[in-house]
Amino acid sequence: MHNKLKGLVVVILCLGVVLALAGCGGGGDSSAKPAAESKLSGNITAVGSTAMQPLAEQAATQFMAKNPDVKIVVQGGGSGTGLTQAAQGAAQIGNSDIFAEEKSGIDASQLVDHQICVVGMAAVVNPSLNIDNLTRQQLVDIFTGKTTNWKDVGGSDQKIVLVNRPKASGTRATFKKYALGGAEEAAGIEEDASGTVRKIVKDTPGAIGYLALSYLDGSVKAVSIDGVAPSKENITTGKYPVWAYMHSYTKGQPDTAVEAFLSYLMTDDVQKTIVPQLGYIPETDMKITRDSAGNIKNK
Amino acid sequence: MKINSDMLGKVLTMGAALLAIVSTIVIIIFISTKGLSTFINTGISVKEFLFSTTWFPDRAVEDGGPQVGVLAFLLGSIIVSLLAVLVSAPLSIACAVFIQEIAPFWGQRLLQPAIEILAGIPSVVYGYIGLSLLAPFIRNNIGGLGFSVLAGFLVLSVMILPTIVSVSTDTLRALPQEWKEASYALGSTRWQAIRLVLLPAARSGLVTGIVLGLARAFGEALAVQMVIGNTRKIPSSILDPVITLTSAITMDMGNTPMGSLWNNALWTMGLLLLLISCCFILIVRFVARRGGITS
Repeated sequence: MHNKLKGLVVVILCLGVVLALAGCGGGGDSSAKPAAESKLSGNITAVGSTAMQPLAEQAATQFMAKNPDVKIVVQGGGSGTGLTQAAQGAAQIGNSDIFAEEKSGIDASQLVDHQICVVGMAAVVNPSLNIDNLTRQQLVDIFTGKTTNWKDVGGSDQKIVLVNRPKASGTRATFKKYALGGAEEAAGIEEDASGTVRKIVKDTPGAIGYLALSYLDGSVKAVSIDGVAPSKENITTGKYPVWAYMHSYTKGQPDTAVEAFLSYLMTDDVQKTIVPQLGYIPETDMKITRDSAGNIKNK
Repeated sequence: MKINSDMLGKVLTMGAALLAIVSTIVIIIFISTKGLSTFINTGISVKEFLFSTTWFPDRAVEDGGPQVGVLAFLLGSIIVSLLAVLVSAPLSIACAVFIQEIAPFWGQRLLQPAIEILAGIPSVVYGYIGLSLLAPFIRNNIGGLGFSVLAGFLVLSVMILPTIVSVSTDTLRALPQEWKEASYALGSTRWQAIRLVLLPAARSGLVTGIVLGLARAFGEALAVQMVIGNTRKIPSSILDPVITLTSAITMDMGNTPMGSLWNNALWTMGLLLLLISCCFILIVRFVARRGGITS
């Protein structure tokens, strides 16, 4: 009996040690030592924006299939976490949907920006509303709480319900900056997850919110701003202003394995297949560029 | 051989106990240093933090910011969890009495496991049910947006039910059988025995259960966050949306950089939650010591 018990304890302890070791391996060290000339190896941790997570995960799976000695762990946690972890060197890649310069508390000078793709954002309304277009001013009035009934902007007599993202959200920051011209939104319902925002806007009469275009599935209606639809075409040519880069930040210049992964993200494998599949716009399709201050240039 | 396995057991349990104590202390130190830096490093006063409702942690200094007043979150937490306990406590105690005194056989065989299963349902499931069924039901039949104080405390009251029920049944079970027999011998009915003898005798245990339920309600984040609408305002009616400390923390935590004022303010809110739950634990200890059941 005692021996049995002891055996069990030993087994449990061994399991614990194995698990602990496995856990350490994931967080691990990035000093990639290329074994052969062409063979990449190393551990990469990519942390940050949940909007970028599906893209990073799919690309990582494909990359690991091609380079079996490279282990990539993709985690969410939010843009702030991504930027902090990258700046502290705790993660090799920090994913963010806003520029590091736009986030206070981050020393952007030591981070190197790799822009992977672009995501558009649109105001979305409950599908039963007969609203397809709003002027910029109407949009600002609605989100600042000045307009409280849809009949004031050409809709039916229905109270407006605001559905916001939390103040720290990258989507909110982009929407506020480029759609609302920086105007402060009125207090409304706030939801952490884009999926929940979509569900609430879909279910609640008179609701308006905003979503990344990758979340549009036909259950809510995207609204044009000043007659310009939030389409891929209008974003790549700079006609529709509400979009953001998806950034992968590294601290200083990346090492070989990380660099290989980042350049893999820019190959046709990713840009022409995974990126559009997930509803993002390939960086390579953009005809304009935008810097952290919002200045737009032709490519 | 025997000594060895005794030693092993001793070392293992001692190790586990030490680990628990050390981690508690480390967590408290960590949260305190993080949480207090809002006051120490940025000169925001405790009064402003606790009694202001303006929450603009991202506002630049030249626009009068940053402002971190958490009164709306704190009141939201208090309102939602107190209402949840108000609904849940009588129900739970009635359940416990039923299980233990009225229908001991199928109460203990069926009802108690059924209630314990409620504790095993993940909170995201409660939240999703609330979001998909309860909120639309409230919107269509009672009014408002559906995302409201009402939805929040209803979901919570179901979630804390198992906590209160299991503590209460344990207390009732621990009561000496002779007390019940004595009251029957004096000619009381079953209802009189329950109301006048058993419940008063179990008072401290019942209060402990209620306080534990309240603490659980206070700390619950996910399910509540999904159904209360998270509007940063003090609600004026039970159908208004509301926000709690926990949902305010979880919504912003991932998107604020470590060490920024905003992030520190979230830690301060965490510290506040820790202090409140410490208070609850102290109350439980106090209640349990006074008038405990000594058989």
